[in-house]
Amino acid sequence: MEERKIRAVEIAEQALDEAGRHGASAAEVGVDQGEGFSVTVRQGELETIEHNRDKSLGVTVYCGRSTGSASTSDFSSAAVRDTVKAACTIARYTAEDKANGLADQNRLATSFPDLELYHPWELSVEEASDLAFECEASARNADKRIVNSEGATLTTHGGQHIYANSHGFIGVNQTSRHSISCAVIGREGDSGMQRDFWYSISRLAPELDSPAIIGQRAAQRTLRRLGGRQVKTCQVPVLFEAPVASSLLSHFIAAIRGSALYRNASFLQESLGQQVFSSGIRIHEQPHLKRALGSTSFDNEGVATVSREIVEDGVLNGYVLDSYSARRLGLETTANAGGVHNLTLDSGELDFDHLLGALGTGLLVTELLGHGINGVTGDYSRGAAGFWVEKGEISHPVDEITIAGNLKQMFRGIRAVGSDVDLRRAVRTGSILVDQMTVAGE
Amino acid sequence: MSFEIATAKKTLLEPAGLDESSLNQLMGQLVGRGIDYADLYFQYLRHESWSLEDGEVKSGSYNIDQGAGLRVVSGEKTGFAYSDELGLQALSQAAGAARAIARQGGKSSGQPVPWNKGGGVALYQGDNPIQSLSDSEKVSLLERIESAARGEDPRVKEVMASLSAVHEVILVVRSDGLIAADVRPLVRVNVSVIVIEGSRRERGSAGGGGRSTYPIYLGSDQPEELSKEAVRQALVNLEAIDSPAGTLDVVLGPGWPGILLHEAIGHGLEGDFNRKGTSAFSGRIGEMVGSPLCTVVDDGTLPGRRGSLTIDDEGTPSQTTVLIENGILKGYMQDTLNGRLMGVGSTGNGRRESFAHLPLPRMTNTYMLPGKSEPEEILASVDRGIYAANFGGGQVDITSGKFVFSASEAYLIEGGKIGQPVRGATLIGDGPEVLKRVSMVGNDLELDHGVGTCGKEGQSVPVGVGQPTLKVEGMTVGGVQV
Repeated sequence: MEERKIRAVEIAEQALDEAGRHGASAAEVGVDQGEGFSVTVRQGELETIEHNRDKSLGVTVYCGRSTGSASTSDFSSAAVRDTVKAACTIARYTAEDKANGLADQNRLATSFPDLELYHPWELSVEEASDLAFECEASARNADKRIVNSEGATLTTHGGQHIYANSHGFIGVNQTSRHSISCAVIGREGDSGMQRDFWYSISRLAPELDSPAIIGQRAAQRTLRRLGGRQVKTCQVPVLFEAPVASSLLSHFIAAIRGSALYRNASFLQESLGQQVFSSGIRIHEQPHLKRALGSTSFDNEGVATVSREIVEDGVLNGYVLDSYSARRLGLETTANAGGVHNLTLDSGELDFDHLLGALGTGLLVTELLGHGINGVTGDYSRGAAGFWVEKGEISHPVDEITIAGNLKQMFRGIRAVGSDVDLRRAVRTGSILVDQMTVAGE
Repeated sequence: MSFEIATAKKTLLEPAGLDESSLNQLMGQLVGRGIDYADLYFQYLRHESWSLEDGEVKSGSYNIDQGAGLRVVSGEKTGFAYSDELGLQALSQAAGAARAIARQGGKSSGQPVPWNKGGGVALYQGDNPIQSLSDSEKVSLLERIESAARGEDPRVKEVMASLSAVHEVILVVRSDGLIAADVRPLVRVNVSVIVIEGSRRERGSAGGGGRSTYPIYLGSDQPEELSKEAVRQALVNLEAIDSPAGTLDVVLGPGWPGILLHEAIGHGLEGDFNRKGTSAFSGRIGEMVGSPLCTVVDDGTLPGRRGSLTIDDEGTPSQTTVLIENGILKGYMQDTLNGRLMGVGSTGNGRRESFAHLPLPRMTNTYMLPGKSEPEEILASVDRGIYAANFGGGQVDITSGKFVFSASEAYLIEGGKIGQPVRGATLIGDGPEVLKRVSMVGNDLELDHGVGTCGKEGQSVPVGVGQPTLKVEGMTVGGVQV
C-alpha cells in the first residue's frame, strides 16, 4: 500500500509539473487505484469469479479562467504527459469563466484525522465462495416456494484516492468496501414469479451481517411479495420503507445542488430560509463518522469537510455547493464537490411497526421503478410495489401501480421518520411517512 | 487482412509489443481440459466531450482508455480478469487469475487451434469522429445550437448543449480460432433548455447521433432542428396540466416511445434471464404473447445507427432476430455462453460496456414492424385516453414482468382528438400482457434519433428503439389527478 501511495503521489506531481510547463496557471489531479474481486454462486454452483484492478488519472487545468479536463488509465510518463497536453489543448478553446479555478486556499483541509475507512479483507476466492454458498443456501432452503435464484455475490474491494492541486494541497484517502448480496425468486400456485433481494455492505468485514441472515432476509422479502395485485386508484398516505426512503433524500439533494440552482433548473430555487420540510425535520451532514460509507476529511477539491445543518426544523439552511457553483451563486463552497457525506435525516421515536400504525390505511412502498422525477418542477410519478395496509396491519402485497405527487408537497407532508435507519448508504434515513399521494392502479 | 484487423493490430497490439505469437501464448494459458470457451478482448477507447452553457463553451474533456479482458468459461462457470496494461506480463497475470475458475479442470493445454479471421459487413466508416471537426468548429457548432434555441422564443432562459464522440477499436480472439476486429465511431449531440413563464418553469431537450462522424450526422440543418425541438417540448410542458390517474386507453407515438418494447418485452427476452428461468417470458417460445398485429425484431444491422454493430463484442456479426412474429414468441437474444447452454447459437447480441466488464446478452436496435392503420385513424378511435409522444426513461422487473416508463411529452385524447398536454404521466404494465392489448398498429414506423443508453447489471451500452403509432387498450396511467 505504501509503495502504491508513493507512486501515485509521484504521478500526481508529474501531472501538476507538466501542466505548469504547458502554460496552465493552475491545475488539479485525482489519482485513483483499486483492486478486488467478486464471486457469484448460483443454484449451489460457482458461477463467476471476477478480478478487478482499476486505475485512473484525471487532470483539470486552468489557463487563466479557461479550463479543460482529460483522463487516462495509463500511468506511463508519456501517457501522463499526453493527458495533460489534451487538457491544455481543450482549455485553449473554452471560454473564460470567472467562476473557474481551484478551491480557495484557505478552505483546503489541513488536518487528516484517521476515519478508519481502510480495512482490507484477507480472503481467498475459496473462502469467499464458501460464504456466498452459505448465503444462497439459507435463502433457497428458507421455503419451498423459493423456486429459483439469481445467486449470491460476495464482493471485496480496496482502493486509494489521491487529490492534489497546484496550491500545494495533497490528500490521500484509503478505503475498503465489502458486501454480500443475495436475490431469489419465489412462486406460489398460478400467481406469477416475484424476485427480491437483500444485501449487507461495510468497510469492515466483521461488521457485515452473517451470510445466513442475508439469505433469510432475501427469501422473506421475496415470499411476502407473492400474490401481489393492483389496488384501486386512490389518494392515501404512503410509507416509504427505509431502503427506498433514501431516494427521497437524493431528490432533495439534487434540487439544492449548486449546478441545478445556477441553471434555474430546480423546484427549490430560492428556498434558502424557507420551510421546505414539515416542522421538526432535521437533515445534516456528518462527514467524520468513523468507518462510515460516506466519510471523508476533504472533498473532491481538497476542501475541508464539516459537520453542518442543512435543514433545521424543516427550514432550509444551506445548499450543496462546490467552488464553481458557489462562485456562480455568489456564495461559499459547502465542501460538497463530489457529493454529500453521510447525509442524515434524524429519526423520530417510532419504530417500523408503530409507523405502520401511524400510516393507518394506505400504502407501504418497498420498491420503486422508473425515473419519473422532474427536478425542474418537482413532479414525481414512479412505478411502485409494496403492501396495502389496513388500520396499521399489512393486508396484502401490491404491484403494478404508480405513486404520484409533487416533491415540494411530499417534503412538507412528511409526518414521521422511523427509527429503522438504513446504514448501507451514504444517505441515512429510516422509513418515511408522507401524508398523501395518488396511487394509480385499477 | 481487413481494415479492422489491421487497425486493431496497429492501435492495440503493436504499441504494447504484442503479436500473434503472444496471442497464442495467452490463449494457450487460458484453454485446456474442462474449458469450453475462452476469449481475449482488447479495447482502445478515446472519448471527448464539449459542453456549452450561458452562451459559451466552458468545458471539455478527453479520455484515453485501453485494456484487455480475459475470460474462461467452463460449463456455467466463468472466470474473468482484466488489465489496463497491455504488456504480455500483465496480460499473462490476468490469464492466470481468469483460469483459476477451472482449477479442478486440469492443466492448460497450451495448444490453441489455428486462427480464422472473422468479421461482418462494415455498417459504418472507420474514421475517427473526434477528428471529424476541428476544436474551433466544435465550439462554433455548439454556439450555433444555442443561438438557434434562444432565437426560438423569448421565454428560453437557459440553454445547455453538448457534443460527444467516441472512437473505439476492439479485437476479439477466441478459443475456437476466431479473430475479429471492429472500428466503431459514435457521435452524440444534445440540447436542453429551461423556459420560464411567470412562476412556471419547464425543461425540454432533444438530441441525436449515431455511428458516424459529426459532419455526416449533422448534415446542414440538424443543429437548428434539435434546438427547435427542445424549445417546442419545453413550451408544450408550460401548458401542461396534471396527468389523470387510472386505467386508460393509450396511444403511443412513433419512434422513441418504442422504449416500451425495449423495457416491457426486450429485456425479458435476453438469453441469460431465460436460461436461468428468471424471466416472466421463460419457457414461453411458441406462445401467444401479443396481438397478431405485433411483430418485434432486434436488428443490429442497420447502417450507421446508434445500436448497430458490425460484430458484437464476442466477434459474432450482428443480425436481425425476430423476437415476436404476429404475436407469437419466436426467440431470445443470445451471447455465446447462454446460446451454447440453451443449445442455440449466438444471435450476435453479446455486448459489454468495456474490457473491464463481462459480455451479456443485450439489445441492439429493437423495434416493431409497421402495421396498416393510419395514425389519425388510431387517434380517432379513442374517446378518452392519453397520447404519449415522448418518453424519459423506463425500467422493468424481469421476473414479475412489471415495467414502467415516464412520459416527457403527453396529451389528453378527447373525442378522438389530441387535447391538452399533461405532465407527470407514468405508464405501468405487465410485459407478457401489454402486447396482447395492442389493438391498432400504425403504418408510420420510425426509429429514434440515436439517444438511447441501456443499463443492465451496472453496464451501459448504446441502443436504438423504434415503433409505429400504437394503440394499447386499458393501461394503468399514473398521475396525481384522480
